[in-house]
Amino acid sequence: MIETLRYEYPAREAVTRRAHVGVVASGNCEVLLEPSSAKAASIVVRTSVSGFDATWQAVLKRFFARNPIAVQIEINDFGATPAVVALRLEQALEGAR
Amino acid sequence: MSLLLAESFAERGARERAQSLLDAQSARELIGPFARLSSPYLAAQGVVAQSDDGTVVMRGTLGGERACVVATDGRFLGGSIGEIGGAKIAGALELARRDFERGTPTRMVLALDTGGIRLQEANLGILAVTEICDAIVALRMLMPVVAVIAGRVGVYGGLSLSTALCSSIIVSEGARVGLNGPDVVETESGIEEMDSSDRPLIWRVTGGRMRFEAGFASELVPDDVQAIRAAVEHAFTHPRPLPPLEPPEFPDPRLERDAFLRAMGIEP
Repeated sequence: MIETLRYEYPAREAVTRRAHVGVVASGNCEVLLEPSSAKAASIVVRTSVSGFDATWQAVLKRFFARNPIAVQIEINDFGATPAVVALRLEQALEGAR
Repeated sequence: MSLLLAESFAERGARERAQSLLDAQSARELIGPFARLSSPYLAAQGVVAQSDDGTVVMRGTLGGERACVVATDGRFLGGSIGEIGGAKIAGALELARRDFERGTPTRMVLALDTGGIRLQEANLGILAVTEICDAIVALRMLMPVVAVIAGRVGVYGGLSLSTALCSSIIVSEGARVGLNGPDVVETESGIEEMDSSDRPLIWRVTGGRMRFEAGFASELVPDDVQAIRAAVEHAFTHPRPLPPLEPPEFPDPRLERDAFLRAMGIEP
């Protein structure tokens, strides 16, 4: 069954525009990133692989520690590995800056 | 053309494929991912939905003329067509017809990469295909409707019926076109009929070159963006005469078999 996970991290940097990268394909994920007026980054993850809450947290915590951006992010995941998720987030940020 | 210099069409995603067929800087997406029109039926079946439902619609210009490219993404659920994606395609075709009637013709290109109707949305997918077929027939009376089949999946199932209705069908050698996919044929008719693990066999029967040689496609192109663009433009500037709308007489199956054998280099 699909698992929906929500996370929030403190943020202080703004991004200029929204960005969409990736695809909901095997071992891959889709990231929708939008600028937020809140002083936080909020993330919603929908994944077909349940039970990886701690792994998601680790990947997202590391990304937002390095990039404290005020954004709303949606991730639609189809079994992407942590490395793929990290790359997709970087790619989305590149498109939003 | 050097193989190393070719820009692969098949390696791109649907969005990049649609962009690559339109003039540079002219592409603008309709109902993109941030419209969040994703399938409402997938989550209940344990499948994560994609924000664009795997179908991309882009307006822009093609050879300086108004154009609309629809591209399906074969990587998301095999490029399958559900309610949302199907409505996007049918809607784009209907808009193109309205554009023509208002005196601003829009070149319509269907860059499809799809296994057909999405099983999770069965009846809605079937309904979508009938709407797409209907819209293609209505539009092709006014101006060419061009299909590009140059992705990794090819076109199978319900959408193979729709592409067959297009004025021009451009295929690449790596693409495949067929009604039933190899797995379906093997399941229904046995492994003697089709061994779905035999990839060379699959391409010999449903591959782009075979389809072109047998007369089911109008143009065979390499997997190269520029070549595909050129073929699409040519299809609009040199439209083919339309096949008659009344059902044709069925061809003699022996002649079809002979043509098939000749295309494979065997004298019948």
